[in-house]
Amino acid sequence: MTTTQTKPLAPQPEVDTAPLKRLRRDRALLQAACIVISLFMLVPIYLISLAALSTRESLNDFPLSLLPTNLSFETLGAFLGSTGILGAFGNSLIVGIGTLLISALIGIPAGYALARFAFPAKEPYQLFLLFTRALPIVVLSVPLARLFLTVDLYDTTYAVILLHTALALPTTILISASVFLSVPIDVEEAARVFGCTPAGAFLKVVMPMALPGLAAASIFTFVMSWNEVLGASILTLDHRTLPAQVLTSLADSPLAYRFAGGFALVIPSIIFIAFMRRYLTNMWGSTIR
Amino acid sequence: MADITISHLVKTYPGGTERATDDVSLDIADGDFTVLLGPSGCGKTTLLRMLAGLELPDSGSIAVGGKDVTYLPPNKRNMSMVFQSYAVFPHRKVRYNIGFGLSMAKKPKEEIDRKVAWAADLLQLGPYLDRLPAQLSGGQRQRVAVARAIVMDADVLLMDEPLSNLDALLRLNFRSELKKIVKDLKTTTVYVTHDQSEALSLGDRVAVMRKGQIAQLGDPLDVYDAPADRFVGGFIGSPPMNFIKAAVSGDGGALIVGDQRLRAPSLLQSYSSTDVLLGVRAENVAVDTQRSSGDVPGTVLVVEPMGSSILLTVEVEGQTIKVQAPPTFRTSPGATIWLTFSPNSMRFYDSETAMALVAR
Ligand SMILES: Nc1ncnc2c1ncn2[C@@H]1O[C@H](COP(=O)(O)OP(=O)(O)O)[C@@H](O)[C@H]1O
Ligand SMILES: [Mg+2]
Repeated sequence: MTTTQTKPLAPQPEVDTAPLKRLRRDRALLQAACIVISLFMLVPIYLISLAALSTRESLNDFPLSLLPTNLSFETLGAFLGSTGILGAFGNSLIVGIGTLLISALIGIPAGYALARFAFPAKEPYQLFLLFTRALPIVVLSVPLARLFLTVDLYDTTYAVILLHTALALPTTILISASVFLSVPIDVEEAARVFGCTPAGAFLKVVMPMALPGLAAASIFTFVMSWNEVLGASILTLDHRTLPAQVLTSLADSPLAYRFAGGFALVIPSIIFIAFMRRYLTNMWGSTIR
Repeated sequence: MADITISHLVKTYPGGTERATDDVSLDIADGDFTVLLGPSGCGKTTLLRMLAGLELPDSGSIAVGGKDVTYLPPNKRNMSMVFQSYAVFPHRKVRYNIGFGLSMAKKPKEEIDRKVAWAADLLQLGPYLDRLPAQLSGGQRQRVAVARAIVMDADVLLMDEPLSNLDALLRLNFRSELKKIVKDLKTTTVYVTHDQSEALSLGDRVAVMRKGQIAQLGDPLDVYDAPADRFVGGFIGSPPMNFIKAAVSGDGGALIVGDQRLRAPSLLQSYSSTDVLLGVRAENVAVDTQRSSGDVPGTVLVVEPMGSSILLTVEVEGQTIKVQAPPTFRTSPGATIWLTFSPNSMRFYDSETAMALVAR
């Protein structure tokens, strides 16, 4: 450093700020696009929540107030109190959680097998998994309804759980396979060398490391089940899930009821996602930021 | 602690055509530190993994402490292992990581605590016991992996390139530390590396592997000093051993290198009129700028100062060799220098099979 000080600096060309300005402009445009798209998603949710939490009369006001000025649980209460809604809510929960459990029980071991073992017809098996999703739900549900009628499962939550599990399994299996692929195999081998049985190594080491990814898969499953209407409507009459129940009574109900229904449909899955998000991020100090 | 007997171990990976280990037999005495050394892909890891039970051989057998373990699952072998990639459990604190093997063996809590504290102290991990591995540097993570392995009182300690993910300075420091730890532990240790200096510095014995077979097994100094074949001489040592084409004279009394005649050691009496390879290490060639008797002339091609010595690339009778000169030696490319091969450090190899010549 001391030697360079004695030398006169070579003349520097002038700094060209044009690329920097372009960069700033592009960033601003990107931000604007993000905001527009977010609003496109969020405004309807806001309006539904607002309508669901307003009094029945204020819905007919003109101009409609866009701020929560006269909040009331009257509409929502009426909706929840109307026949079949609370039961449907319970059914939806049972079906959602049941689907989650069964698809995890089958899908996680299957995903592990796909990730760790070489077996004959592995590639065709993976392709075959996706076939269930290739069939439209209507095409699946009608024969299933017949089948369930003969085995006395028709119009039960079990029937819907089975259908939803079948629908969720391909994604559960493929997601958990890729999650297990990301768990280094030598960590598992270390567990084996230090005294674990294969099952012990899986439960003590592999599962905890795979948990964030598996949580993501379970969000998928639960939300899919919560929102699935068609199959649930075909397979049940008196034990409908919430969306199926709302759908059937939508046409002949007042405006307020529809908003309250929409609100009730959105909120639980948002709560569920918010809850599972904790498992998605901030695991063992390696936060996804 | 136990001895290991490996006999005729053959392994071919599914889909592979070449044998990863090709009829390997190896006896390791109780408490010995044996290094498996060889270039990448020669089957060192495969052999180690078969010892650990993570890979099953196609044929052959492994016995530890007199008991056959060839097809025993890894958790029944009472071995411990340090992995190249550390393989610490990222979701658990350092304390749990170190005590993992002991708690799997259902040891009482006081014993686990005591041993974890002992290992943490030995490896300077005390301040980090309540951290997660993600909060440690690579060197510290490897220390955790070593601590996890040494608390086990295992029959055999296996290490697969435990230093290769560390940076050069750390590697050198940790190497000597590791040597001391393992020596005090007195556990039978099998250590895999592709780094010849690591092998020489750590091992009681070195097994040099090539293409799934053991090319030479011996004392580190023996392996360095008297390589069993050209491959071993070329692989061990930095720079590798020089190999010079030469011939033995008709009466067996002289070694002919190009136009030069050197006095032949008595070993070569029985190899009169045959072509041989002369093997000589860079540090066993004396250099001088003046001619004296028995010297061979050479032309300097490259001069590389290494600090403690000067490495010269010299052309001798049309063949290129590396020579190590003292740091005070002054020469420049193009200059002619005089080389002396010390008779005791010359090794001879068959020009066709490249195996060391023996007196016959
Ligand atoms: N899991 C595997 N599947 C197929 N071939 C393998 C596998 N692991 C190693 N090999 C092959 O076996 C040979 C020996 O490998 P390895 O024991 O890992 O060598 P090293 O540890 O000495 O570098 C190599 O040719 C390598 O390609
Ligand atoms: Mg290896």
